[in-house]
Amino acid sequence: MKAIVALSILAVLVMFFGVRKKKVVLLPLIFVGLFVAMFLNIREWGTSVHYFNEMFIADNFSIAFSAILILIGILIFMFANIYYKGVERPLEDIYALILFAIIGGIVMASFGNLILFFVGLETLSISFYILAGSKKFDIASNEAAMKYFLTGSFATGFLLFGIALVYGASGSFNLEAINAYVVSAKEGVPMLFLTGMLLILIGMSFKIAAVPFHFWSPDVYTGSPTLITAFMTTAGKVASVAAFYRLISIAFVSLHTEVVTTLTVLSVATILVGNLSAVYQDNLKRMFAYSGVAQSGYILMALIVLGPKSAGILLFFVLSYVIATITAFAVLMLIREERGTFFIPAFRGLARNNPVEAFAMAIAMMSLAGIPPLAGFMAKYNLFVLTAEGGYTWLVVVAVVGSMISIYFYFKPIMASYFSEGEPQHKIESSINFKFNIILCTVLMIVLGFLPKLIINLL
Amino acid sequence: MSGTLQNMQIIPLDYYIFFCSALFAIGVVGVLVKRNALVIFMSIELMLNSANLLLAAFSAYRNDPAGQIFVFFIMVVAAAEVAIGLALLVMIYRSTHTIDINVLNKLKW
Repeated sequence: MKAIVALSILAVLVMFFGVRKKKVVLLPLIFVGLFVAMFLNIREWGTSVHYFNEMFIADNFSIAFSAILILIGILIFMFANIYYKGVERPLEDIYALILFAIIGGIVMASFGNLILFFVGLETLSISFYILAGSKKFDIASNEAAMKYFLTGSFATGFLLFGIALVYGASGSFNLEAINAYVVSAKEGVPMLFLTGMLLILIGMSFKIAAVPFHFWSPDVYTGSPTLITAFMTTAGKVASVAAFYRLISIAFVSLHTEVVTTLTVLSVATILVGNLSAVYQDNLKRMFAYSGVAQSGYILMALIVLGPKSAGILLFFVLSYVIATITAFAVLMLIREERGTFFIPAFRGLARNNPVEAFAMAIAMMSLAGIPPLAGFMAKYNLFVLTAEGGYTWLVVVAVVGSMISIYFYFKPIMASYFSEGEPQHKIESSINFKFNIILCTVLMIVLGFLPKLIINLL
Repeated sequence: MSGTLQNMQIIPLDYYIFFCSALFAIGVVGVLVKRNALVIFMSIELMLNSANLLLAAFSAYRNDPAGQIFVFFIMVVAAAEVAIGLALLVMIYRSTHTIDINVLNKLKW
């Protein structure tokens, strides 16, 4: 809760200093603010406080996911001055919107009432709509923003109608009260409630980009500015997953047998379609969009086998995904800046001229593909073991097949940068700052691979 | 105020549900079929407002104010969303001189 207050004040301050054209103070201010928010957030650990009549619940789950969201903010802002290198404007609007999106994400990770869930979701989504279109005079960015806006508000409509129906049946927006209603419904829950629940599931599937509701994500993620794409894929996913987990583990936990069938179909379709579509992409940004779709499928597996351990494993999975994706996008950003393209040939000979960047990209890709001993492998391993223990061996088989397919496309940039024939492209100059950030992320990925239990046992 | 409540309760609850579902369905069909961005915005508004009406009806029947409070939140958010949507539309109109969403075909696989 204190983190939200700190971040809100920070965002307003950022806008204020931006209007006063104090460009130099913006990024330092943001870093100080984000670290303060992180500190305030972690200090509430273990205290499970309920605010505002059960509206906002700051338990360990929400604090852990909020910490990841703030970490995303820190990582994104580390690359912000490199991405917006030649821009004279203070860019306070974009920075403030990123902070507001993080606030929305934190609310989504900590709601105890469907009203606050909706408010958090919309704070996140509306910030994303603007951010996606923040490259104002680029038609691709405009198109991405428009597509995101139309599909996003369409999904919101479904979600709202679902919430209205659930409220009609249960008479409350409180998650615990909804669950109490389901438990107390003697002769089965009415059709009204089940329809509402299905509509909420559809709305959430849109938000986490699960197949068949994923069609917006490749277009939106390709058209948006690269730094914003990195932010949207990670922050959007973390927040939506946290909200989805909260909904399913509190409000609909007694109906879990009904929910599981839907989720299993979604999960299988998402893993297969996501990975198979990514195979055909030569544009790396688009490939990452589809890989994000596939990762949503794995994440859904943790929601299918709901248990005491699934929250921790979900946390670790999301953390490893976040760090690997942001690292990959940072390298991609640099290459796009220099070579003007997102396609695989841009990586030719990267290892010879820019060994640090090539290595970071390779580690990030291997982590996403799930090669031991990196963080991504430990995350997938724990998730698959959990699913198998829950009795869904066939689902694990599907997921492993999906991972095997994913190795092909994740290795494309690695092959291009290390083993490509022909004349390598010229060296890319990158600042010490960028190298330091990249190395930091790489070290984080490797270290997390050795300490998975530390994170998983947190929740 | 209590008069309004009783007037609302004269109509059976099922009618509200059918009516709102119909409105919602019209909105969904409008989004899927129409090609004019403004009409799509209106259809989305229709979807949101059907949810609003449903919440208000349930709230009146249950004598519980929570549903009506949610309606206020939805109205605020819908207004913010439309503001963003129209701004995006203006940007697109500036570069393409049309509001037909079929021109948005630069990004595809």
